[in-house]
Amino acid sequence: MATLTPPIAIDEREPKLGERGAGRPPQEGGDGGHLALTDFRRRLRRYRIGLMAGLTPVLMLFVAFTSAYIVRQNLGTWDDATKAYALDWRALSLPALLWLNTALLLASSATLELGRRSLAAQFAAESRWLVQARASRSPWLALTLVLGAGFLLGQWLAWRGLQAQGVYIASNPSSSFFYLLTGTHAAHLLGGVLALAYAALTAWGRAPLARRLIVVDVTSWYWHFMALLWVYIFALLHVLR
Amino acid sequence: MATSEQVHVHPAPTGFIRKYVFSLDHKVIGLQYYFLALFSVFLGMGLSLLMRIHLVWPEAHLPIFGDIKPETYLALLTMHGTFMVFFVLTTAPQGGFGNYMLPIQIGAPDMAFPVLNMLSFWTTFLALVVMVAAFFVTGGAPLHGWTGYAPLSALQSSGPGEGLGADLWITSIALFCVASMMGALNFITTTLDLRARGMSLMRMPLTTWTWFVTAILGLLAFGVLLAAGILLLLDRNAGTSFFVPGGLVLSGQIINHKGGSPLLWQHLFWFFGHPEVYIAILPGMGVCSQLLSTFSRKPIFGYKAMVYAVLAIGVLGFLVWGHHMFMSGMSPYSAFAFSYMTMAIGVPSAIKTFNWLGTIWRGRVRFTTPMLYAIGFVSLFVTGGLSGPFLAQPALDIPLHDTYFVVAHFHLIMGVAAIFGIFAATYYWFPKMFGRMMNDGLGKIHFFLTFIGAYAIFMPMHYLGLAGHPRRYSQLTEVSYLHGLMPLQHFITIAAFITIGAQFLFLINLFWSMFKGPKAPINPWEATTLEWTVPSPPPHDNFGGKTPVVYHGPYEYSVPGAPQDFVMQNDPKQYGEGAAH
Repeated sequence: MATLTPPIAIDEREPKLGERGAGRPPQEGGDGGHLALTDFRRRLRRYRIGLMAGLTPVLMLFVAFTSAYIVRQNLGTWDDATKAYALDWRALSLPALLWLNTALLLASSATLELGRRSLAAQFAAESRWLVQARASRSPWLALTLVLGAGFLLGQWLAWRGLQAQGVYIASNPSSSFFYLLTGTHAAHLLGGVLALAYAALTAWGRAPLARRLIVVDVTSWYWHFMALLWVYIFALLHVLR
Repeated sequence: MATSEQVHVHPAPTGFIRKYVFSLDHKVIGLQYYFLALFSVFLGMGLSLLMRIHLVWPEAHLPIFGDIKPETYLALLTMHGTFMVFFVLTTAPQGGFGNYMLPIQIGAPDMAFPVLNMLSFWTTFLALVVMVAAFFVTGGAPLHGWTGYAPLSALQSSGPGEGLGADLWITSIALFCVASMMGALNFITTTLDLRARGMSLMRMPLTTWTWFVTAILGLLAFGVLLAAGILLLLDRNAGTSFFVPGGLVLSGQIINHKGGSPLLWQHLFWFFGHPEVYIAILPGMGVCSQLLSTFSRKPIFGYKAMVYAVLAIGVLGFLVWGHHMFMSGMSPYSAFAFSYMTMAIGVPSAIKTFNWLGTIWRGRVRFTTPMLYAIGFVSLFVTGGLSGPFLAQPALDIPLHDTYFVVAHFHLIMGVAAIFGIFAATYYWFPKMFGRMMNDGLGKIHFFLTFIGAYAIFMPMHYLGLAGHPRRYSQLTEVSYLHGLMPLQHFITIAAFITIGAQFLFLINLFWSMFKGPKAPINPWEATTLEWTVPSPPPHDNFGGKTPVVYHGPYEYSVPGAPQDFVMQNDPKQYGEGAAH
């Protein structure tokens, strides 16, 4: 029985990237993910590296949008009548609802972090005592899902509000960029909501806690990135009206 | 106990579908990418032959295809470039060989995320299906070139192929971007996290280094192309004006868009487009390094310099996109900066070239077919590369930009050199991938025909360009100042026929050897890297549940004191003083 096995000294140290100094062989280099004892930590690390790599093109997508935003905003068209360059960009009055949405998203980021920590604590207790710890009853993940869905709903209401005022995607370059940036961000956050829903499903099913923790951990980093990205987009829309 | 099961979670599949279609095995996925690229390259080559025929015999009525109208020619041009750049040069070296060999070369049982790997391939496949579908919709394939310049690409009514065909083209490219990002993410995680014990970064084979750096370039570049594609789709279908300027008149009607900038598209596109050139060529450089060292029986000359040169090329590749836009009326000061950055790439490129020459210098060279292709790669890289510094100067680029000179330049360096890298890799790794040897005699005939043929096609194009022959036009046989150049155009078309014919020798060799070639031993080339320590073809989990341990650098040939003239990377013994690690 696994529970009767005496505790083994586990190297709790988080393996770090680049922690592979010059030593004599075979100590240097990687270990091919073959060490069974630290298997969970290795998997977690692998998924975190994968996530960081995966966020790079998302970042580049928004870098490209930003660059296009700045260029398009300052692009003048030659007007023969006035003999001058005319700017067609008209400042967009941002819906006040966006402030509430921002608060919802930031709050969801905080609740998700609490949820991640409580799950990690439960996992640590299980691995330390090698017994089934009491299942986590923390409400944080469910609350995060609600807040995240609330943000998406809020964004949708903000779009509807603008449309009611006759501001559509093709109305003006400023509205084009508004819909583009908020829409692309919402699509990415929807991915995070689906990942959290998946984590909740694995909690109902009897998936190992380790797997659930990895899903929640990686999703929470993704979610924090999305929250930061939203703050950036919101600031961009405000500062460069 | 250390086993590989914890990492290699999927067991060997048994059914046909799980084994060959929706496989999680990086080796099967690598082969799927390879065959996808093989299909695309023959398709792209066929399109180029149709263009060559039309250029010299514009009245020719082709069986099945019929007459080639000017817009048909532009569609051929667009689709040839698209298939070749995306589905061949991006797919075969990285998705094909990288997928197959990278995990084995670093001693891993599979890629870091096998399911993502499978998804990445099938998204690429979907992108190919969507791209091919563009031929068959109303209006046919788009006309805007592989660079998709706006406003031609941004308006539904700007040409016969610019309706649904262009929408499919953009959708396909967007899918391809997503697939490439998934693949790149996997390559990076695998390289950082799954290296075997002892496989430090500076012991990785140069092939692995180039796949790794190519993946980083892919992550940074494809996101920008995706952004540009989304903006273009919105311009076409949602009425926005990102790229379409105001006051355009099309078929007598004023266009409803205003205020956009076609140059914005060019900036975004080339921010992707230039790194894309290195995405195509870097893996070829890695293969070339690996093969020159192996078949010269000498360590690679300047391993660290090679690594740093690859990194330098990667970084500089992101700073030079403006050299594609000297014609756009950009500020001369910007052009000046882009020009200098571009010429700076000559430095790491020259480091690589001289290190290759230093590697074969006084080596005991074995002229096998893969070695011939590696030498051919160096030759083409130098020939195609030397016209780069010419075109990097705005004063020279402006008269040459829209001529055949540029066609010659980019085909030699990005097209043919990269293809030679793919051929070299095919002849080199075929024994490992299929467990059989390819026919060396047929391979050599294929090499010489292709090598001479490639030069016969593209060298004369430099002269066409210098003589002012413009590119992209479907028919210039009636233009009097170009009459004197027609014999050269005929020569190129005949050379293209012969060279393309020679590729069927390759196809026959490939498929015949797959089933009938002599059985390959584990290490037929007496090479040192880890893929040559496992059976040919390797088992499902690569190392049979064992974990390789690495004690040596990747290119330890002719080591004093060693029993053979090569030391495998996993050989635990240290030999003499010359044994570097």
